[in-house]
Amino acid sequence: MSNSANTAIAKPPFWRDAEKRAIFFQILALLSVGGISYYLFSNTQANLARQSIATGFSFLEREASFEIGESLISYSASDTYFRALLVGALNTLQVAFIGIILTTILGSVVGIARLSSNWLLSKVAAGFIELMQNIPILLQLFFWYAIFYESFPSPRQALNPMKGVFLCNRGLIFAVPESNPAYTAMGLAFIVVLIIGWFSNRWGHKRQELTGQPFPALRLTAAGAILIPLLIWVMYGSPTAMSIPELRGFNFSGGITVSPEFASLLLGLVLYTSAFVAEVVRAGIQSIGRGQIEAAMAIGLKPGQVLQLVIFPQALRVIIPPLTSQMLNLTKNSSLAVAIGYADFVAVANTTINQTGQAIEGVAMIMVVYLFFSLSTSLFMNWYNKRMALVER
Amino acid sequence: MTQTTKAKRERLSPPITNVGVIGWLKTNLFSTWYNSLLTVIIVAAMSWLIPPLVRWAFIDSLWNSSAEACRDIDGACWSVIPQNIKFIFLGFFPSGQEWRPVLAMALLLGLVIYSKDRSRWKKSLAWLWLINLIIMGTLMYGGVFGMPVVETSQWSGLPLTLLLSFFGMVVAYPLGVLLALGRRSKMPAIKTLCVVYIEMIRGVPLISLLFMSSIMFPLFLPEGITIDKVLRALIAIILFTAAYIAEVVRGGLQAMPRGQYEAADSLGLNYNQTMRLIILPQALKIVIPPTVGILLSAFKDTSLVVIIALYDVLKTTMVTLSNPDWTGYSTEAYIFLATLYFTFCYAMSSYSRKLEKDLHTGH
Repeated sequence: MSNSANTAIAKPPFWRDAEKRAIFFQILALLSVGGISYYLFSNTQANLARQSIATGFSFLEREASFEIGESLISYSASDTYFRALLVGALNTLQVAFIGIILTTILGSVVGIARLSSNWLLSKVAAGFIELMQNIPILLQLFFWYAIFYESFPSPRQALNPMKGVFLCNRGLIFAVPESNPAYTAMGLAFIVVLIIGWFSNRWGHKRQELTGQPFPALRLTAAGAILIPLLIWVMYGSPTAMSIPELRGFNFSGGITVSPEFASLLLGLVLYTSAFVAEVVRAGIQSIGRGQIEAAMAIGLKPGQVLQLVIFPQALRVIIPPLTSQMLNLTKNSSLAVAIGYADFVAVANTTINQTGQAIEGVAMIMVVYLFFSLSTSLFMNWYNKRMALVER
Repeated sequence: MTQTTKAKRERLSPPITNVGVIGWLKTNLFSTWYNSLLTVIIVAAMSWLIPPLVRWAFIDSLWNSSAEACRDIDGACWSVIPQNIKFIFLGFFPSGQEWRPVLAMALLLGLVIYSKDRSRWKKSLAWLWLINLIIMGTLMYGGVFGMPVVETSQWSGLPLTLLLSFFGMVVAYPLGVLLALGRRSKMPAIKTLCVVYIEMIRGVPLISLLFMSSIMFPLFLPEGITIDKVLRALIAIILFTAAYIAEVVRGGLQAMPRGQYEAADSLGLNYNQTMRLIILPQALKIVIPPTVGILLSAFKDTSLVVIIALYDVLKTTMVTLSNPDWTGYSTEAYIFLATLYFTFCYAMSSYSRKLEKDLHTGH
């Protein structure tokens, strides 16, 4: 043996050569995946031809001829399938957007409450988290929907918890201010203040790094965002006209109606997801070592500054990745709308499939839309992680 | 010196406000002014909410009566459960054969309880599970030992929920491990295939896969061959769960220090041996808690088969509620189901927390 070690090592036979084996396995894997796909594809083609189902996306331009309960853009049954699907996609985005905002707020509150030194509050939060996490979301949706339909009275006996708010089996109806140019101006001013605030915050940070002089950008922005729209409101002659819902016949007119489907979907999604968000927030806050807080206090920061400068930046680094995946979960779970009859993208696509028989295109569209949501989120996450990654020195 | 002072001084007991019930209340409920305020608000909210709920659920309620009797009461009509318990739990299983799903569920429950003890986690237990699942399937399907065949279209209620979740988990787990190994593989083609699969499945909702299983799978198969509905839904659940398990297992594989691989290499072990004997036993052990989390959500997610019209326990409940006698008692029925799911999931998640503690060997 010792002799042969000095001589050139004999080449192993090709079936023992790791590189060649790797190539062989990869070709085998690709061939089998390709073969299975081809088999399924040819079967599908044969089946489609036999059942004379049309293929392609030309159906998108045909008349949809079904009604959709609620939509953000104008829609009628004579519009195309494309427009119907667009309505569905917008509805999905709407419920996901509102849901994400409410979930973040409720989840953070519950997560912080879970860590409270108040025993009662902490236990109530823990109970909420356990209860919501351990019951399937679909069951929760059905439950809220049933509450709306069975326990709430008809519009004639609608509950009226406070002036201008009605609860009945047609949904939640509440008064809104009547449209007035003042509100548009206020909204614009609010956005402008936020943008200025964002830039001044950056400028303030830069100046503090250079000169050590702090700039209260956050407080100024908060004050501006409240005061300037208020000022505009007064300048327009403080309009107070409200569109108050009134019972006409069997239903309400005026105000804004939140349908039972939308309300129960939103309620179910928010309660379910916020339990998971609460756990994420709790873990994030607990991940910060006591030493960090003590060190911050030792260099003389005030409690508010400790929170803002030491705890938050570090906790957010831990919180944001799992938080985004929870937000994505909420968006994906909003597809359960189909079970309680809210016209989200999946529900509309499902109706489309049933009417046209083009199942492959329908399911493919559902998958592409959700893949688009999740891939764009994960691109954002990669960017964020790179930006926030700990730079070790 | 110290002894004399100790002897002279009388032992002072701590102030009465710092020990016992008062002390506990003071530190836990009334430590600061805002904590006191919170406590008062919570207690007020509870005293406003709980009495009417208790009244509705326990005092004004009926527990086992006819549907007519329920019309006259203000409280909960729990009777909807006991009066329909057979249909809710067993669905359309042919009458006279009910002992079969009941026995199958009892076997499953027995094995779950038996597996709780970690000292019993040996290879034989895995075989026991496999044998048990086969027995369960045989009991449900029949066709041997004089048991008439029960088509899967008649499988419904709780047995269907349990079968979908347990068969789903048992098949999805090894598939997920393979996918995770594939994703960590050095072969680019295999790695790409696994990454695409995992990311695609994780990017879409389960419901789209269930739609696919119910309306697209039949198109994939050659003419004349059909797979039944339950099996198709099961395949969708398996494909879905496997991708999530793969990600969890990948986390475990990534947590393995390089030294483990190098040590295995230097012992002359090949890839299969390295994985089977060195890496997987350790990697799978550290990801047990998140794996339980995945299995838990897979269990909850089986309720989604309602949407493709399989009669799991949620659907049988809804069918019961569509019976004119029992319409209007959804709240009661759903609370019952929620309790059922909650009991199981809570037991599983607290078990997983206990495991996490036990397995945390602290290095």
